[in-house]
Amino acid sequence: MANELIFLDAAALAAQIAAGDISSREATQAYLEQIASVDNNVHAYLAVDGERALAQAERVDAKRAAGEALSPLAGVPLALKDIFCYEGLPCTCGSRILEGWRPPYHATVVQRLLQADLVILGKVNMDEFAMGSSTETSGYGNTHNPWDLERIPGGSSGGSAAALASFQAALSLGTDTGGSIRQPAAVNGLVGVKPTYGSNSRYGVVAMASSLDVPGPFGRTVLDAALLHQAISGHDPRDSTSIDAPVPPVVAAAKSGDVQGLKLGVVKELGGDGYEPGVTAQFEHALQVLQAAGAQIVEVSCPHFKYALGAYYLIMPSEVSSNLARFDAMRYGIRVGDDGRHSAEEVMRLTRQAGFGDEAKRRIIIGTYALSAGYYDAYYGSAQKVRTLIQQDFVKAFAQVDVLVSPTTPSTAWKLGERVDDPLAMYKADLCTIPSNLAGNCSGSFPAGLSPDNGLPVGFQVMAPPMADDRLYQVGAALEAGMGSTLSQLVGSEAWEALYV
Amino acid sequence: MSDDLLPLAEVYARYEPVLGLEVHVELNTASKMFCSCATEFGAEPNSQTCPVCLGLPGSLPVVNAKAVESAIRIGLALNCEIASWCRFARKNYFYPDMTKDWQTSQYDEPICFNGYLDVEVEGEVFRVPVERAHMEEDAGKLLHLGGATGRIQGADYSLVDYNRAGVPLIEIVTKPVFGTGPKAPQVARAYVSALRDIVRALGVSDVRMEQGSLRCDANVSLMPIGATELGLRTETKNVNSLRSIERALSYEIQRQGAILADGGKVKQETRHWHEEGYTSPGRSKETAEDYRYFPEPDIPPIAPSREWVEELRATLPEAPAARRRRLQSEWGFTDAEFRDIIGADALDLIADTVALGCTPAAAKKWWLGELARRANDAGLELDALAITPAQVAELQSLVAAGTINDTLARQVIEGVLSGEGSPGEVVATRSLAIVSDDGALLEAVQAAIAANPDAAASIKAGRQQAIGALIGAVMRTMQGKADASKVRSLIMESLS
Repeated sequence: MANELIFLDAAALAAQIAAGDISSREATQAYLEQIASVDNNVHAYLAVDGERALAQAERVDAKRAAGEALSPLAGVPLALKDIFCYEGLPCTCGSRILEGWRPPYHATVVQRLLQADLVILGKVNMDEFAMGSSTETSGYGNTHNPWDLERIPGGSSGGSAAALASFQAALSLGTDTGGSIRQPAAVNGLVGVKPTYGSNSRYGVVAMASSLDVPGPFGRTVLDAALLHQAISGHDPRDSTSIDAPVPPVVAAAKSGDVQGLKLGVVKELGGDGYEPGVTAQFEHALQVLQAAGAQIVEVSCPHFKYALGAYYLIMPSEVSSNLARFDAMRYGIRVGDDGRHSAEEVMRLTRQAGFGDEAKRRIIIGTYALSAGYYDAYYGSAQKVRTLIQQDFVKAFAQVDVLVSPTTPSTAWKLGERVDDPLAMYKADLCTIPSNLAGNCSGSFPAGLSPDNGLPVGFQVMAPPMADDRLYQVGAALEAGMGSTLSQLVGSEAWEALYV
Repeated sequence: MSDDLLPLAEVYARYEPVLGLEVHVELNTASKMFCSCATEFGAEPNSQTCPVCLGLPGSLPVVNAKAVESAIRIGLALNCEIASWCRFARKNYFYPDMTKDWQTSQYDEPICFNGYLDVEVEGEVFRVPVERAHMEEDAGKLLHLGGATGRIQGADYSLVDYNRAGVPLIEIVTKPVFGTGPKAPQVARAYVSALRDIVRALGVSDVRMEQGSLRCDANVSLMPIGATELGLRTETKNVNSLRSIERALSYEIQRQGAILADGGKVKQETRHWHEEGYTSPGRSKETAEDYRYFPEPDIPPIAPSREWVEELRATLPEAPAARRRRLQSEWGFTDAEFRDIIGADALDLIADTVALGCTPAAAKKWWLGELARRANDAGLELDALAITPAQVAELQSLVAAGTINDTLARQVIEGVLSGEGSPGEVVATRSLAIVSDDGALLEAVQAAIAANPDAAASIKAGRQQAIGALIGAVMRTMQGKADASKVRSLIMESLS
């Protein structure tokens, strides 16, 4: 039913395009057809830009024909989370308030993708302004998990993960503020990496929480993710928080996968009660695989991790309350109440009331409160102290081990609607992923097979020190070699057939 | 305006004024505080903008290193300590001229702090303590149309120009200034004037109050003499000239004095200065604004190295006070004469004029005489007159060469001020040069003697003072374009 080209991983596709065995145009066409076939059911895409994608593909083919050197991912079609500014396409951030806004500039990472000749298929769904763990807070409808259309695709980069897992793109880009790449990767059977904070430019990435946000890659394989990581990474003078240092050797690490003698620390605080048995089982299984590959496994305690969720839900909304202030109807997006009878202030209020969803409003209110005079020290100030303690936990742990590991998220994909009215249950999905955002170190989720409970994908999280992103790929590649592909179990399954209904 | 005012003498007899001054200096960096957009004044609206200063989603700030350097140099010139580590903060509030709905500013961690500036008023030196000088960005400019007041309330619509959004500002805040007594308004004026001189000498701003590149908010409160607790203060905005600072403060002091003397309580509020000579209350807010400051996460802390600070210290120009002492001795003016120059805010103008070859005495004569009078008549600051030090120097060289005399020079000044060109051009177009043709002069002298036989007879009889009438008559005939001493000698020759 599907064009076989879409099953090639990105590295293989790029190699065949470079060799002239396949044209980028054919591949792009194949993906556009897959989008046409299955996205009615998955609803990953908010905007598809077939015409420009094909033109980009043709340019790659022409370059190859002319004998020009091609970049490692030239001609590979990719999906962008709708949080990246890509000139010419709308950028909604999953919010009604930004409806109709077309950014007049490219994000730095988009610029780099274009320079590296990747083909941009379009933009995919997300939780509103990246706030959520299920993509259900999007103002543009739910995205469905390809493993079970009744279930959430994770969030906030749910569209990026669902598009990739349903083979509607060869690669995709997301952002991670508290787990928004890793958790969707986990529940879709994908590789998803949150690079070291500051190693990937945030310029042109609409801000949720500036001190936590980082763009990162999704791949169906460890090498694919590493190649995309390499393509977008590196210093950007337009982002003052960007780190001016060489990109860690992620591609080499993904190719090697050698964990002989590597010390893995299992974080005591990230597991046990409250974790689905199937998740725990797969995590244990993954540890055995890594141990068999030569890794040493030890238990490590990070005593302050239990405060991470609380600190995160003060720092993040504080920054959100400020970052989302600019959506005031004055310059872009929707405008409500501009009828000559309302003052500028009232138009701002009416627009924000109509344009933001509940979760956005909830976080704006929490953040506004946390930053208020008289409460600042107790809330924002204390949370920053906790943040320092968590950083110290990491520093101490990394003095003992090379990487830390845990399940990516306590559960597999839950049913759409199940946690919509229970914000705390929703927030717990990010329990294991948040500490790395607070500390700024790198962290990735790698497929650890399917849960014996329900046959849904489980993620294995690896955390490494800042700018040691290569270690993530090293461990991820060893796991991939030992466990085989999780995603390949989707193709041809009953769930797969359901995508085409 | 219907405020009761207490005469100044009565206020000062009972109360001690306490000043607080907030000065915003717009830096003259080529680009904005956080992006590379141009900062030129008066460009086509919204032509100097980009995603960053428009606050478009996804954009990020990058600090202008030149602005940091300027901030440090200003701080050093104000005897401040320079922070070894400081941050920007977000000041959150909604307003259509704010592109991000926060202003990127500094809050509890300013780059410069704890300095002072000594200013002199009528020979007395006052030390104004400087609490801090910090960096921030300007907002856009709003133009409210269709309403009666030009304010946002009642306007039919408003236009926004974001060219100014993101222009670097340095805000310099004093600590409360005590002990000025009746000289409070003059001290405030002298402080802003000295600050302006320093910033101008540093070359980091145009410091033009009329263009808004130097803006001052003047705070004042009164406390009963001998009291220790500060009174409630008002903050007066829209004070756009040195003269206005002095006038606005005098007004506020009298207004607050009347309230206190009547047993009332001053309302702590923002007030608006009107050039007609009064202040009015700003829009009163029901609740105090909570700006929810927090450290700007998009900008890493700034940590100027001590070496850099010392390098910048070495680039500071001569301190204004030292410069004054040097110039006074070089020019040979008495203390009183020099005070007049300072009081008239003419030091730089005279210095520039002297640097172009004019004698100090002549430069002082023009700037403090004819030009000061014309500035006063026009209600302008002296340096806002449409004549440059170069033109004054040229004027004086024409006088020294005998091309014109002082009387003609006044006409030349008038011509220059009305835009007729340089002094040389005005002399040419208005035909103001002194007639040096002896024949024409002699003819006029003979005619004057013939027309005034009595005066001629008196002079012949030895009453020299009668010559005035004859000189006057000759000058009238020559329309002033004659050298009076030459006319005198020709008359004497003709009558001898």
